[in-house]
Amino acid sequence: MTVLGQIKFLLDITRTRDIMRRYFVVNGFDGALTMLGLIIGFIVSESSDLSVIFSVCLGAAIALGMSGLSSAYISESAERQHALGKLEQAMISDLSESAYGDASRWVPLLIALVNGLAPLIISLLILLPIWLTIAGIALPVPPLYAAIMIALFLIFLLGVFLGSIAGVSWLRSGMQTLLIASLTVLLIYLFAGQ
Amino acid sequence: MVYVKRIVLDVLKPHQPNALEFSQTIASVGADYRVHLIVLEVDENTETIQIEVTGNTIDFEAVQSVINDLGGSLHSIDEVEVQSEPDSD
Repeated sequence: MTVLGQIKFLLDITRTRDIMRRYFVVNGFDGALTMLGLIIGFIVSESSDLSVIFSVCLGAAIALGMSGLSSAYISESAERQHALGKLEQAMISDLSESAYGDASRWVPLLIALVNGLAPLIISLLILLPIWLTIAGIALPVPPLYAAIMIALFLIFLLGVFLGSIAGVSWLRSGMQTLLIASLTVLLIYLFAGQ
Repeated sequence: MVYVKRIVLDVLKPHQPNALEFSQTIASVGADYRVHLIVLEVDENTETIQIEVTGNTIDFEAVQSVINDLGGSLHSIDEVEVQSEPDSD
């Protein structure tokens, strides 16, 4: 069995594929909204030093990634151990050497990776225009506004993804998440713009 | 040389992998294995199944090992069919 096939098998027997998907969306959304909030905050406060903005946002992105990685690993390890113990009781046998034992070791790690990498990668994509400008590459749009556009686009894509899972209109679902992002921007302007 | 041609096993297994995946994995142990699986009883976390494996030379150890890998537990060997054949060399 290929590595991908093995991963799919372990997720199937533990029925954790939907948990992984949920973590991806929830923490990816967290990452995108956090970056959007930070960048809007910098625009509102009229900060102009891009390297400072980049460092602050990168710090937040790494912290989000580490938080996602560690919290998911700790909680999922406990959940998998509990599920394994319950199954061992029902089977009246030791399952540590079976696929269930492998799953209790690997599934928490896989879920933690998804939970940690989703906000990190999404944040890095949003920060790309700022990094490119710092690196000396001229963009047709000011970097902070380009970053906002990427953030809104990624938030829209997360909505589209949720729509495809739920089997409802992808456009409606995408517009819903976009509306949440717009509300966030509005709230930041209302409270931080004073 | 004595070859195992058919075995019927009583196995307790978790709900996942399901009966189809379970029997497919057992069948993949040998090149010509034919697997017939019957679900006898379903409980909250487990199910009792009867597996009939037929083939020209069944490797019982390998079948048992794959059942354990999938989280199953072999309860008993209910039927066996073996055949003696002269060595080819």
